[in-house]
Amino acid sequence: MSKIKDFQEYVSKSQVWRSIFRVGVPTTDRKRALAVLGNVFLHLHPVKVRTSGIRLKYTWCMGGISFFLFLVLSLTGLLLMFYYRPTGEYAYPDIVDLGEQVSLGLMRELHRWAAHLMVITVWLHMFRVFMTGSYKPPREFNWGVGVLLLIFTLLLSFTGYLLPWDQLAIWAITVGGNMARATPFAGYEGPGASLLSIGDIRLVHAGDDARFALLGGRFVGTNALLRFYVLHCVGIPIVAGALMAVHFWRVRKDGGISGPL
Amino acid sequence: MEAVKGFINWISDPRWLFLLSVILFFFMFRLRVLWTVKFGIVALIASLAFFGLSMLDKNFRIISTTPDNVPIVGLIFLMAFFTWLSLKQAFDNDDRLRIGQPPKERTERFEKVMVWPDLVYTEFIATVLLGAVLVIWSIVLKAPLEQPSNPTFSPPVMKAPWYFLGLQEMLVYYDPWLAGVVLPGLIIVGLMAIPYIDRNPRGSGYYTFAERKYEIMVFMFGFMILWLLLIVIGTFLRGPNWNFFGPYETWDVAKVTPMVNVNLSEYIWVKILGVGLPNQWFGAKYMGILLRELFGFILVIGYFTALPPVLANRSRLFNGFYKTLGGARYHVMMFLLLAMMTLPIKMILRWTIDLKYIVSIPEWFFNI
Ligand code: HEM
Repeated sequence: MSKIKDFQEYVSKSQVWRSIFRVGVPTTDRKRALAVLGNVFLHLHPVKVRTSGIRLKYTWCMGGISFFLFLVLSLTGLLLMFYYRPTGEYAYPDIVDLGEQVSLGLMRELHRWAAHLMVITVWLHMFRVFMTGSYKPPREFNWGVGVLLLIFTLLLSFTGYLLPWDQLAIWAITVGGNMARATPFAGYEGPGASLLSIGDIRLVHAGDDARFALLGGRFVGTNALLRFYVLHCVGIPIVAGALMAVHFWRVRKDGGISGPL
Repeated sequence: MEAVKGFINWISDPRWLFLLSVILFFFMFRLRVLWTVKFGIVALIASLAFFGLSMLDKNFRIISTTPDNVPIVGLIFLMAFFTWLSLKQAFDNDDRLRIGQPPKERTERFEKVMVWPDLVYTEFIATVLLGAVLVIWSIVLKAPLEQPSNPTFSPPVMKAPWYFLGLQEMLVYYDPWLAGVVLPGLIIVGLMAIPYIDRNPRGSGYYTFAERKYEIMVFMFGFMILWLLLIVIGTFLRGPNWNFFGPYETWDVAKVTPMVNVNLSEYIWVKILGVGLPNQWFGAKYMGILLRELFGFILVIGYFTALPPVLANRSRLFNGFYKTLGGARYHVMMFLLLAMMTLPIKMILRWTIDLKYIVSIPEWFFNI
């Protein structure tokens, strides 16, 4: 026992250890406060929180779990990007290889199941925020930010759905993309689109309507694959990340996790 | 056994399932016993037993263990659990409020704890547990991969990703411009508008039902019945060509359901007035078309413009809303509420009188 103690002490007094962790495991309240304030990650939190706000029964931890899943997805997604090439020629075989050739090839599974789960936890988080009335003033704005996060979570999932480039993927995106075709005025089979014409020349047609903008073509082809890839790996994560920063900031600025007055 | 399965197949028909769910939904707020630990345990055991027994059936097993469907099975259980957890706390608090005590959350409201260790450790444990769940899940269940994409061969079962299946189910009742564009847009706008419409200052920061009955019932109706139930139907009960199949039925590609749906204009001009559609005798251009759809337009416009003031004047409940919300909020709320209620209304019209469209102008891609 004392050997272990000695070793612990040796490690925690070494130059390497002390250069990384400026203070040891905090034992007094003062040190604990400093641990939270002085850590770039932990300082998202206040130093003290109300007991009612952190009850598992109250928040279900769903916001935090959603964020954790977002981090898991970022990490596994990054690893997947080493192997996956978003072209008609390579996309499908790369996915096959991810399962068969890559050692410890769990990344695709982790990424897919975490993505499904995140959609569910975000819904549950919204449900809990509603049931505790936590959207009421002063948190109206943060509820709105949350709705945007919900949309971006769904869009992240939707754009990722195409990338395996199998039958399931392209036909699911076809079903989704066909809806864009019916956008009022902006889709060529949408109400009002035929009004937008000069003489006999239609301004909105299958070659320039909302679906074309989404897919980069008249059907789900390699242009759509590239578009979805860029949005999935770069565009939407950046926006969602920025919104999360705002969301967490506002949780604190609005007075911490809600509770009865 | 077969009889039970047959019955469950029959009751899973979207029509009956929907009606049954709506009845159960409104009933559940009245049954205080549902929101107790005892009932929670009984319900959990019963549903697990039901699920376990059903797994003996081949078709049920196929549909509920398809890798991409597993999360939705999880969703059903999670949703049931969290509905129970939130309403239990809500009704417990209501009991306290009734005898003049503050809500449970209030008793700890002014107590504070250090984030380190109380919150940081919780977060750490949650992270480790969830990480373990994800790793085990990923080892047990391979991510699915079908045949390489082939734009020339469309499979018999074409489904959007599961979280959009509610919208795909809505395509049965609406044109794509409504189901795929306008209504999703209204859902987003409606969600964002909630804090600005709901001005009830009570029930902020604690679980309660009594203090915000209507808010909770409307929200949960939209979320559970019109969104989640449709996803469950779309995932488990819709097979090839979007035909209905019970949970113990085999997905038969050859199944055909006769389409007998009739537009409102045909009902009125052909079946009731017996004069034929006006575009056949009044000119096929604008006037004929507008005349043909006259009754549909009157219905739709009347529904959205006449109903709110009439209800505000005639119904005690809506008059109360009008008084507390004021004109602008009341009308925005009513528009959103009525738009939401078009879905069950269209469903019921379809099931009872085979009504297809209320306004049907395929010439302009404008069907309601
Ligand atoms: C990517 C999605 C999201 C993430 C990562 C996230 C994260 C969080 C976290 C960590 C909290 C702290 C309290 C808790 O855990 O419950 C929180 C609070 C909150 N969230 Fe979210 N959220 C997301 C989506 C949403 C959505 C969809 C809504 C609502 C439509 C929403 C509305 C709110 C509100 C109003 C609060 C303050 C609640 C209170 O003070 O009790 N968020 N969010």
